[in-house]
Amino acid sequence: MDMLNVTIDGVKVSVPAGTTVLEAARQANIHIPTLCFLKDINEIGACRMCVVDVGGRSLAAACVMPVSEGMVVKTNTPAVRKARKAVLELILSNHERKCLSCVRSQNCELQRLAKELGVEESRFCGDNIEYPLDEISPSLVRDPNKCILCRRCLAVCRNVQQIGAIGAVERGFKTQIAPAFNRSIMETNCVFCGQCINACPVGALREKDDTQKVWDAIADPEKIVVVQPAPAVRVALGEEFGMPIGTRVTGKMTQALKRLGFDKIFDTDFAADLTIMEEATELLDRVTNGGVLPMFTSCSPGWIKYVEHNFPELIPNLSSCKSPMQMEGAIIKSYWAEKAGVDPSKIVVVAVMPCTSKKFETSRPEMALNGLRTVDISITTRELARMIKSAGIQFTQLPDEECFDELVAASSGAAPIFGATGGVMEAALRTAADVLEGRSIEQIEYTAVRGIEGIKEATVTLGGKELKVAVANSTGAAKQLIKKIKSGEANYVFVEVMACPGGCVNGGGQPIVDASTRMDVDPRVARAAGLYAEDAAKTIRKSHENPEITAVYADFLGKPGSHKAHELLHTTYTARK
Amino acid sequence: MCCCNCNNNMDKHTALQQVIDELRNEPGCLMPIMQRAQDIYGYLPEEVMNHIAKELDIPVSDIYGVATFYAQFNLEPKGKYIISVCLGTACYVKGAQLVLDELEKVLGVPAGKTTPDGVFTLNATRCLGACGLAPVIMVNDDVYGRLTPDQVAGIIAKYRE
Repeated sequence: MDMLNVTIDGVKVSVPAGTTVLEAARQANIHIPTLCFLKDINEIGACRMCVVDVGGRSLAAACVMPVSEGMVVKTNTPAVRKARKAVLELILSNHERKCLSCVRSQNCELQRLAKELGVEESRFCGDNIEYPLDEISPSLVRDPNKCILCRRCLAVCRNVQQIGAIGAVERGFKTQIAPAFNRSIMETNCVFCGQCINACPVGALREKDDTQKVWDAIADPEKIVVVQPAPAVRVALGEEFGMPIGTRVTGKMTQALKRLGFDKIFDTDFAADLTIMEEATELLDRVTNGGVLPMFTSCSPGWIKYVEHNFPELIPNLSSCKSPMQMEGAIIKSYWAEKAGVDPSKIVVVAVMPCTSKKFETSRPEMALNGLRTVDISITTRELARMIKSAGIQFTQLPDEECFDELVAASSGAAPIFGATGGVMEAALRTAADVLEGRSIEQIEYTAVRGIEGIKEATVTLGGKELKVAVANSTGAAKQLIKKIKSGEANYVFVEVMACPGGCVNGGGQPIVDASTRMDVDPRVARAAGLYAEDAAKTIRKSHENPEITAVYADFLGKPGSHKAHELLHTTYTARK
Repeated sequence: MCCCNCNNNMDKHTALQQVIDELRNEPGCLMPIMQRAQDIYGYLPEEVMNHIAKELDIPVSDIYGVATFYAQFNLEPKGKYIISVCLGTACYVKGAQLVLDELEKVLGVPAGKTTPDGVFTLNATRCLGACGLAPVIMVNDDVYGRLTPDQVAGIIAKYRE
């Protein structure tokens, strides 16, 4: 590869041809400020925050300027500093500066830049149009007053997810990033994946905050408030308290939930194992009885909504299994309520999810059991962190001791990996292999389905049979995979799809990793590593060997796929426009 | 597909489809398709934008973005007669605003809007290039110059007949 020699602020670096000035500067340990730049997602040189002196007549945008041999870059001249400050002041000229009450305060790239560049009071006053909030969806809130038009959200929506629910509308001061036809995001084909929230440098996109509902439930002495955290939460929650990306905090998380006042700490991981029991049974049934194939997984509510909007003809391919979150809710309000001698109508099930689409899933009318919601409230990892902070709990000081309650919380190693792309596939293969071989086989890890590649394919031999499987992460990758399936180019038996790139670890409800950090660390990889470590640390690593799973079938459900299991753990889907 | 109140929707739809099929493989085909669609329908109805999005396999938010960015695209149906009131400098100093005010009063709609019966669309425009006749209005291709507000009602009545 051609290497080019560049001098940046007097520091000599040698970088491959095609490297941008921004990346080259990083190698010289010089951080150039950015705002619209988001690695691999939005590289459009629009905001001009990253301007540098490369010796030309005008300043160049470092994020899109490729280096050339012998280039001399100055990132810190008076002209550069003046230009950046002016750009920032112009952006601030029509920004609603309500930092005090903003959910992104102290985690806002604009706020941090204003401080770093020494902007005191903006010299300019733009046309400050007051927009109403778009908050009718159960998942997302759009606040155009805070939007700085960086287009990171629409880049991830349009290019990565290939949905394009939002776009740039109008022009000049009237420009908005909004759905077509002045609609609410609720009235579009948005799947509520929340990737736009994670991409937003400011507070213009955020989840619908449901924490007050949780506080109210906890404060109600009549209610038994139980909680179930999803797998991906335990490798991300710590980041909100300054811990490195991907740190496993399962023990601290359960301790914090206890201190917040939840009556029982259950675990979505238990229901992940339950999902494998039901889904593997469904798959084997489809294979042996000529059912519709390939079968698609159904854990990801964004993926479900994506199919319902865009490929309703594939609804029969979706597994009828509810998501683990919904299975856990259903089993808590039936099996656990019975065992504990508790009136299900007094139970409030709170789910902590890495996901904003789960709020939508929670509101789906069919997610009910005898007139009760199976899951009452779904909050994101970020919302849980806010609750912990507001309760004054010193998270990092909590003991690393898991304090899950009994009956519906134990999990095998197959459960935590649900949070990483390929994890559901791997967990299903572990169980399917044993079922087809009729014995406990030694192979546990299926590394071919791990990793952050958009589409992963593998051929596995189970019980002497060759099975072709595929894994897609991001709806964009799923769209490509569907094209392959429809054209007959590929012929799979089982396909796992997660709506978010990297799977749930990178869900729209996870702690926000700023653009600068994302240049060095990929949260998808770091958090997945945490989950695989959690798996490897467990003695039992196959769902069907989890004793609480064996017990729930023996005492309550009968066998996987039984009538009772279908009533409680399976669901239906609706075609949408 | 029903896009407007016209009775020849199928013809329009066929014409649109022909345009899309003709241009779809050319780079940068979106704008020309939108322009031709507007020629066919007189404006860009929501259903038409949705149809183009589906045919080109691009998000409808892209099309809506383009449609709202450029002033040449209309998102609402236009009237049979388009009245352009020149607000260029010469017309303005000769009292064009008074003419516009009178038109708004007579038609009962503000500038930029179409009368509920779909007959007139009232637009305020930049210089029409007939400064010698200031103040000037145009009704489709007919030019009216040296206007005073009291002449407005008579001109409108002519087109109502």
